[in-house]
Amino acid sequence: MHIEQAHKTIFRRPESLAETVTHYCPGCTHGIIHRLVAESLDELGLRERAVGVAPVGCSVLIYNYFNCDFLEAPHGRAPALATGFKRIRPDMIVFTYQGDGDLASIGMGEIVHAANRGEKITVVFVNNAIYGMTGGQMAPTTLAGQITSTCPHGRDTSVTGYPVRMSELLATLVTPGYIERVSVHSPMHIIRAKKAVRRAFEYQTSGTCFSLVEVLSTCPTNWGLTPTEATKWLEKNMFSYYPLGCFKQPDSAGVR
Amino acid sequence: MARILMKGNEAIAEAAIRAGATNYFCYPITPQTEVAEYLARRMPEVGGVFLQAESEIAVGNMLFGAASTGRRVFTSSSSPGISLMQEAISYIAGAQLPCVMLNIMRGGPGLGGILPAQSDYFQATKGGGHGDYRVLCLAPSSIQEAVDLTMSAFRLAEKYRNPVMIVGDGMIGQMMEPVEFPDTFDAGDPTANEAWAATGARGRKPRIIKSLFLDPLKLEENSLTLHRKYEQMKAEEVRFERYKINPKNELLIVSYGTMARICQTAIDELEREGVSVGLFRPISLFPYPEKELREEVDAKNIESILVIEMSCGQMVEDVERVVQGVKPVRFFGRTGGIVPSPEEAKEQIKNLLKKSARAKVGRTTGSVSKRARKG
Repeated sequence: MHIEQAHKTIFRRPESLAETVTHYCPGCTHGIIHRLVAESLDELGLRERAVGVAPVGCSVLIYNYFNCDFLEAPHGRAPALATGFKRIRPDMIVFTYQGDGDLASIGMGEIVHAANRGEKITVVFVNNAIYGMTGGQMAPTTLAGQITSTCPHGRDTSVTGYPVRMSELLATLVTPGYIERVSVHSPMHIIRAKKAVRRAFEYQTSGTCFSLVEVLSTCPTNWGLTPTEATKWLEKNMFSYYPLGCFKQPDSAGVR
Repeated sequence: MARILMKGNEAIAEAAIRAGATNYFCYPITPQTEVAEYLARRMPEVGGVFLQAESEIAVGNMLFGAASTGRRVFTSSSSPGISLMQEAISYIAGAQLPCVMLNIMRGGPGLGGILPAQSDYFQATKGGGHGDYRVLCLAPSSIQEAVDLTMSAFRLAEKYRNPVMIVGDGMIGQMMEPVEFPDTFDAGDPTANEAWAATGARGRKPRIIKSLFLDPLKLEENSLTLHRKYEQMKAEEVRFERYKINPKNELLIVSYGTMARICQTAIDELEREGVSVGLFRPISLFPYPEKELREEVDAKNIESILVIEMSCGQMVEDVERVVQGVKPVRFFGRTGGIVPSPEEAKEQIKNLLKKSARAKVGRTTGSVSKRARKG
């Protein structure tokens, strides 16, 4: 073997990720999802014209972990900020990174209308079925029967309704072009998730459509499980209610 | 440039464009919807951005995102809509971004009515949203002044990187007057904003536009930076008008916006009747012209101050703060969308002057009720 080949770098920190230690809990998948976004920005050469919009919630400090410009939005309003920015700077790449409390609860209005207007933005929607940062309260995505600090006897759907399936809901709209649900609880699923995230940015880069990737994610701390148990819990409990797959994509004729 | 007869709302909309604010986000609400209708036609002509949002909550946050580009951004609304924007206004102030908002006030609280009022004074000048922040607030009393102040507002917003609010009322928005736009207007160099705007981390470190500071020392530092800006505004941006103030006056009227305009008519008519009254009109509601008003209040000939507002009494609290009890402050207000007539204002003034004359005759008893409320 040649020396040159032996020293070839085959895996490194994406340039779009800052060299910073994150505050995320052990076993939390935000780190993986951050990496998928960063790799996509790197591969498509978008870092220098990207602006991210941070949510409120566990990933509120995301701007410390990325090596691109960022705005910090009020609770749930990231799609509105992204809209204001992108309308004025259509040449820039604008993405929001939002959790389920942020996007599906307080920000339900903003995401539905941004999607319906077909804003040429990319939304990374992280669904872990619980409010993480505030300490494990019920989210709109909390599963029926799931125990949280504000539904200590399990989510009672006769009182709180059923968990909201955001991808399916948004896919009923005519305008949004690309909506896919993925998971990052296993290496195989991470590879698939990466493809979806990259595709979402490609649709924005080509000016094709609004794109959203829903990522099923773990919250070992607030689920009260070890990281390994959490990945198993996700597969066992979330897949049946939140099926993976592409709900919407621009067809070959570009008609949505 | 020639004078054009224009409706207030449309004149303000045109002024924003001429000041270089070609990015407008809105949600319809009476009595300012003509701003949106005018700009829906006009923005495409100047290659600008016009977007009707799903709510004023979204509008405020679109403005936040849009201002982050460093370009000039504008919105307009009326009282309940401005309430919905308070979240974003607090964030925009916290993140130190420039933007201009127009509030064509209507009667409240709640859904209230659609007729003119000045009952958002507290909200506009004392915060409205959460946190230690202020909004630079300008109150025109004619359509020409609304045009001039709107254009200046964009320069001020960028000078301080702070929201600037123009407060008019349904009367300013709906009436028509001849206006003149300046032939040339130097809106300032928008490329200067590239120093702080989010433009993409090309050849520089990433920029973060935010209002979150988890370290209390950093948050305090941010709040103190804001505070210093507000102190600078107090030193440099105070605006007011003195109208027919002279040493013969015994009574000083303090009024702003549409109400001040009506007071001017009342003062003119009283002058013809041989009664001399002066008016002090704050134009900047924040920063409030404290020193200047106090000088007028301290004039020996002034025996009392009458504050007239289209509210149950909001600015009167600022006047009382300035007067500090050295002279009686009286108040007259109508609200709910009722615009007092010059006759009504005259009656109030005459009654006060009569009372004052009686008080002079039997001064020994001396106790004066601080406020005579009516309406």
